[in-house]
Amino acid sequence: MSAALPLSAASGANALLERLPVVLRDGLLGYLPESLRWIVSGLITIAALLAVFGLLFAYLTLAERKLLGRIQNRPGPNRTGWFGLLQPFADAVKALTKEDIVPREADAVLHYLAPVVLVALSLMGFAVLPFGRLLVPVELDSAVLYFFAAGAATELAVFMAGWASRNKYSLLAAMRALAQLISYELPLLLSFVPVIMLAGTLSTTEIVTAQGGWTLGFLPHWHVLTPWGFAGFVIFMIAALAESNRSPFDLPEAESELIAGHLTEYSGFKYALFFMAEYFGMCALSGMAVTLFLGGWQAPCAFLEFIPSYAWFGAKLLALLFGFIWIRATLPRLRMDQLTRLAWKFLVPLALINLGTAAFWFLTAGWSGPLQLVRWAVAVALVVVPFLLLGRRLTAGVAPRTYRYAT
Amino acid sequence: MLFPFLIIACLTLASAAVAMMLRNLIHSALLLVLSWAGIAAFYLWAGAEFIAFAQILVYVGAISMVVLFAVLLTRPSRDVDLPLPAPTVLRIASGLMAAAMVASVLLTAVLATRITGGRSHAPNLTVKDLGALLAGPHAASLLVVGVILTVALLGAIIIAAPAPAERPEDQP
Amino acid sequence: MLGTGLIKGLAVTAKNLVGSYHDPARYTTVEYPEVKPPLPEAYRNFPFLVSESADDPMGTLRCVACQICEKECPPQCIYIEKSKDKKPDAAGKLQIYPTVFAIDTSVCMSCQICVEVCPFDSIKMDQVYEVATPGRYGDLLLNREQLAKSNAYYHQIRPTEAAEVDGRLAAERKAAEEKAKAAAAAKAALPPKPAAPSPAAKLPDESRRSPQGEGGAAKPPAEGAQP
Repeated sequence: MSAALPLSAASGANALLERLPVVLRDGLLGYLPESLRWIVSGLITIAALLAVFGLLFAYLTLAERKLLGRIQNRPGPNRTGWFGLLQPFADAVKALTKEDIVPREADAVLHYLAPVVLVALSLMGFAVLPFGRLLVPVELDSAVLYFFAAGAATELAVFMAGWASRNKYSLLAAMRALAQLISYELPLLLSFVPVIMLAGTLSTTEIVTAQGGWTLGFLPHWHVLTPWGFAGFVIFMIAALAESNRSPFDLPEAESELIAGHLTEYSGFKYALFFMAEYFGMCALSGMAVTLFLGGWQAPCAFLEFIPSYAWFGAKLLALLFGFIWIRATLPRLRMDQLTRLAWKFLVPLALINLGTAAFWFLTAGWSGPLQLVRWAVAVALVVVPFLLLGRRLTAGVAPRTYRYAT
Repeated sequence: MLFPFLIIACLTLASAAVAMMLRNLIHSALLLVLSWAGIAAFYLWAGAEFIAFAQILVYVGAISMVVLFAVLLTRPSRDVDLPLPAPTVLRIASGLMAAAMVASVLLTAVLATRITGGRSHAPNLTVKDLGALLAGPHAASLLVVGVILTVALLGAIIIAAPAPAERPEDQP
Repeated sequence: MLGTGLIKGLAVTAKNLVGSYHDPARYTTVEYPEVKPPLPEAYRNFPFLVSESADDPMGTLRCVACQICEKECPPQCIYIEKSKDKKPDAAGKLQIYPTVFAIDTSVCMSCQICVEVCPFDSIKMDQVYEVATPGRYGDLLLNREQLAKSNAYYHQIRPTEAAEVDGRLAAERKAAEEKAKAAAAAKAALPPKPAAPSPAAKLPDESRRSPQGEGGAAKPPAEGAQP
């Protein structure tokens, strides 16, 4: 984690809290000989990431079950520990002690490799997320590209799992994972291109810095608060749902049709690894959405800057994760052809038009006074009108299903 | 500095070689993905971050999917390896010819490159510089590529578009 | 417009989520082992034998071992052995009683036919459902002692039906008493005879028992009238 950015004067009061993680790490490194410091520094970063996101994963599963329960008029897990707080650990012990079954016909090497590759790839995304003003694990010039390169490869691991299991359901899941990737990858990549256009960089830290500052002290300059940014954010989140294989796009898993898809032949800890990867992927994508559209670690109002930046990042991350769970509790799963149609006929055109909107926004940055209103009106129209037209096209002829014989 | 290069080179070449020899197409495809990743690692080693990640995004992320999809859709059975046809003169000749063509292309490319002696440092190119280069001096080629891709996409849409009558029974 | 349906759906789940913290109608789960949901009165599972008194269940069984239920039981899970001697029943009449009355609950299908055919209202459907036992064969075979439950329990699980049954029994008993009185009066009109001791010995027994039965019959209608 490089302490490259100087603290601004406004955050002088919270300097200690802000610096605390870095100070702790440097204090620890002070006890080591110079030659070991670079590697230990890296290891500390990795350990911190694993600890924080491992715990987040554990409690995210609990929170998801609790929230789903509440939404379905039941309490959720509440037996293990106070309010079920020990449930994740009970689950971990269960997963660890279960027998690891490998089907006789399975491709043993790929069957073994798939969960490992999946977790490794889904963890890689965390390396470039700016968690706080001073907390950036790795500064890369093309960080955004790196992030999505790592993300795209995860689907390969799902394919490996599905194919290696030698199970018809798993194979179908593998095919679906590939088809799904082909559908949503394009809108996912197109949705954040405007951000890169306007920020003029692929570096995550610089994208966050570009969203700093407030109008009148309380209106943050986050990308989501512009017309093109809002459209991009929505498209990004829809595609992110598909990328992380979450409901309503959990077609590869599809418990009701494919047993558990690529997870059918997995048990014990390998199964847990798949879940871990799913939640890591969800966290990483949410973190990326926060970075690209929600201002990263920036506080929403100037007077709230005394709260350390990583707390803001965490709060936004949790809000997005709640959104993931909320959507899972609400929407039914799409069919494969519906997903493809949604991605290619709706999201891709919208994302392409959004590029034009962003270009307009970029070119009219100098407008002020009443022209500012015109700028907003045109940009909003550029977002809303295509949405309405394409939406009408997409839903044409769709009505609640009528049944001729059943009542 | 040389040691990582050797590891990357060996890994890339070995996975490519094994991919050629295996009779299981899926294994071959996955090993091919590994060798693509090796090439990306090589770019990374050479300091070309952007190209490396683009390589992973495009090859490991997308093209591998298309390859695997094609294999899954065309293979009759994944358990039975198709029998090797007996080598005839025609087969050997065409194989040799294909190999010679690829080799000649590669050799021309290698020989045409001026390898300057001594240690040259990698150009310190940022993504922004790359973008400026693409949109500036190389704008024409970018446009041509864009037009070709657009035409391909349009063609795909026309091929994929269903006749109006045979729409699926219920739309999303 | 596209998307309105999504927002409506999200609103429904959000309402449920927030409502589950303050609105009991949106939080309908009962945490079973600690909290038991109230059973509907008509719920039935496995028969039990009604005894008049909780203190002396074996002495006050209504069953007279007529064996109709044993014969009618479709899966034949009832086994009865008649007594050789006779004991006075609730109405004071000398009756045979079951020395063995066993129901194999692993066979019983809770069809209620035994209850319907019983002329003495002595077997009724229970409302037990936590019937798991460690033993597979013996523990599921319930004997007379395990099957006998007091009339008060019957009132507790099925107040309306028990009140109705009690009213009917009380009416029968009254009719029997009046008949006995009329017979006694008729006998008193006749010259005295030596057979008197046996009804005399029975009468105190009956006077000890009948207030209970009538008390039980009188109470539930009052309770039922309150709500």
